[in-house]
Order: sequence, then structure tokens, then C-alpha cells
Amino acid sequence: MLTKRIIPCLDIKDGRTVKGTNFVNLRDAGDPVELGAEYARQGADELVFLDITATVEERKTLLDLVRRVAHTINIPFCVGGGIGSVADVSKLLNAGADKVSINSSAVRNPQLINELALEFGSQCIVVAIDTRYIEQANGYEHIVHTHGGRKPTELRTIAWAKEVEDRGAGEILLTSMDTDGTKAGFALELTAEISDNSNIPIIASGGAGSVEHFYDVFTAGKADAGLAASIFHFKEIGIPELKTYLKEKGIPMRI
Amino acid sequence: MVAIVEYGMGNVASVQKALRFLNVDSIVTANFEKINQSKYIILPGVGSFRQAMENLEQRNLISFLREKVTEGKPFLGICLGMQLLAEKGYEDGLTEGLGFIEGEVIRIPESNLPVPHIGWNNISIKIPQYFDKLTDSNFYFVHSYFFNAKNINDVAATVNYGSDLVAVVQKNNVFGTQFHPEKSQTAGLQVLKNFIDFYA
Repeated sequence: MLTKRIIPCLDIKDGRTVKGTNFVNLRDAGDPVELGAEYARQGADELVFLDITATVEERKTLLDLVRRVAHTINIPFCVGGGIGSVADVSKLLNAGADKVSINSSAVRNPQLINELALEFGSQCIVVAIDTRYIEQANGYEHIVHTHGGRKPTELRTIAWAKEVEDRGAGEILLTSMDTDGTKAGFALELTAEISDNSNIPIIASGGAGSVEHFYDVFTAGKADAGLAASIFHFKEIGIPELKTYLKEKGIPMRI
Repeated sequence: MVAIVEYGMGNVASVQKALRFLNVDSIVTANFEKINQSKYIILPGVGSFRQAMENLEQRNLISFLREKVTEGKPFLGICLGMQLLAEKGYEDGLTEGLGFIEGEVIRIPESNLPVPHIGWNNISIKIPQYFDKLTDSNFYFVHSYFFNAKNINDVAATVNYGSDLVAVVQKNNVFGTQFHPEKSQTAGLQVLKNFIDFYA
């Protein structure tokens, strides 16, 4: 049976792991190489690395970091942040990433998803969707945001999720900015709705604060994977304890 | 020495790293002489069946690899590299494969489950030769197509994902895993070690 995945996420700025609340107020959370190795040891099912600054000068730092992290782990490794071309993806894969996550560049140029999927295969392309529930002309709607969650777009989240799948995305990394950093639980209804409308795996992100929240996102939220950052970085929840808890509750887990 | 075939299809570094961890020397190469001098051949691969066969052809590797397998060199295909062991594949149009094991590579049948099949899944072992000393039977899979083997005797393990899909093929000196042993932590490393040790 396919197990549900637990994925720690490292947000990277200036070569360090950072974590904020609702995408701001960043705190330092340690050395990404050490954290990555530690999570692999603890039984993380995958590791995600998001370069949240992604400026040109940071790219070299990132590539070097990706190389060092890939060297210390033997679990799948996904890298995102500032990826806009086939060449960017090639460099990251050569540095040791197994998949890449694209976000703003996919919104700006949706054809990029098709190009990357054709070049590297769908299994390699994760489309990250940052979403916020905001007031529109006809009332509140889930709207896609870009630039680390700062800029609203015209895109409705559910329609965009369908579109990225049709264009060849292999997975969707769905981050609710309404819940991100709040530790009040994942956005269950939205995650379930997107999962029901998709034929590709959904990684839920944003809001994990307790082991129960992961249980909820795998049941009510219908997610294939649960991603979190600060609760792991600050040792509020240990990955082994989390996985044992979920397994005892009947969620298929690799222990 | 293990020759990891370099043919422009995916991340060979992680396979090399896994072998290094097992203290097994390896070289990433498409050079005939270097492959000849190696005791084992590993064919990794990520991407499409058609592209992979085209890349092998460009490097004149198809007939060469067929020769090596006939000579009896231990050969391991991983993920797409495992699928290429088939006679033909239907990804991106019909393409002839290496043909080491009878069968064809087709899309994972429609069910209520997502495709690609991504994540850790346990396997049911049919031929235990390379599956000794495992502490866990979960391995990391990521694929949209699978190897529909013709002969059940060539199927070394299956994985249940909607239906039972071929996870591992094995015939004489040829071994192929749909999962990524190099990404499957202790269990994956053990399978690699078992394969190496068997011919050591």
C-alpha cells in the first residue's frame, strides 16, 4: 500500500533555514545541511528546499547547498524558488535535486510547465500553489498568490490546480497562507476539494501544529503528503513520534 | 567496479553516492572500454522511454549493452532503466526497448488513484534472491508507466497500486527495479548491496 508522506520543508534565505508566520517575521532555524541529514535519519519521506529569496547572487549559494544536502541524504529531494527555465532545472538536477518546485514563473508563463514536463518528465515537476482566501467582487474566493505570497493574481486556486495538472505537473504543493505559520491546522476543505478534482498527488502545506492536524489532512483533507517546517525545526513534533501516532491511527506510514 | 551508464537521462550522482556508501567503486561513463572493464552495469534513468532509447542509440549503446548482457555481465536497471529492459514501450509513441526481458511498458491503468504513482510503497517479493536481510519492504516509487512483463517467472516483486504492478524484474544476470533503491534509505541500500554481493 502506498504510504502517506511526511515532508519537512526548509525555507532557505542567505544559506540558512528560516521560518516566519504568514510568510513574514523570519526567524533563523539552523543549518540546512545538518537539518536535512537529521530529518532523513528520523525517517522523513522526502525533503523540500525552498529558496525564498532566490536572487541571482543567491543562486550559486543555493546550488552549492543543494549539492551538499543531496550528498548527505538518501531520500527524494525537491528544490524550489526562482526557477524560470529548462536551464535552471538542469542545474538543480545536476546538483542532486530529484524534483523541482515552480510557482511564480508558472503563473507568469504557464507554458513553462509543459516545457519542463516534456524535458524532464512530469514526475520531476511540482507546481507550488500559494493560496489565500480573499474578498473579490463576488465575495470571498481562494486566489493564487505569487512572490512568496505577497502578490495576488487573477487566478482562482481550484481552476489553476486543474490547469497545472493538464499542463503536465506531477504533483501539487498546496500552501494555504491563511493557515501557514498559525499552527491551527491545515486548510482541510480546500485541500480536499483540490484533491477530489485532481488525478495527481497533493502535498498539503501550511498550518501544522499538532499530530492531529496531520491525521486530519490525510483523512478529511484527502492529501497524499503533509509538509511542515517550524514544528520540525523547533522540535515541537518529532518525525518518528508523528509517524508512529499516524500509523496507530490507521494511516499507512513507512516507519 | 560498477559502470553507471551516462546517457543524458537523469541524476546518476545519487546512484554513485549510494554505491560509495556501500564502499563499492563506480564510474559514470558511456565509454565501451570502461564498461568492458567493469564487473557490473547499472542503467539508471528518469524521463521518457523514447528519449532514453534515442539517447542510447546516439551513443551506440544499444547493441553494445545487448552484447554485454549476453556475455553474462550483471546488469541492473533502475526506474526508467528498468523499463528499458522490456521489448517495447508506449510512452511518447511506440519505441523498441533493449529487449532483455519479455514484455511491454504501458501506462498505469486508470483507477481512483493519482498518476504518477509517487511515494513509498511496500512490495510483495516473489524471487527473494536480492531481497535478503531487509528490515523494511517500503521503497520509493515515482512513475506513470510500468513494465507489463509477459512471463510471471521474470517478475521478482510486485507493488499494489490500484492493481498489482510489476515492481521488480529478474532474468539470469538482468535485474530491474521500478523503485529507486538509491532513494530508499536502508532498504534500498540493502538491495543494491545484495545485488553486488551476489556476483562478488
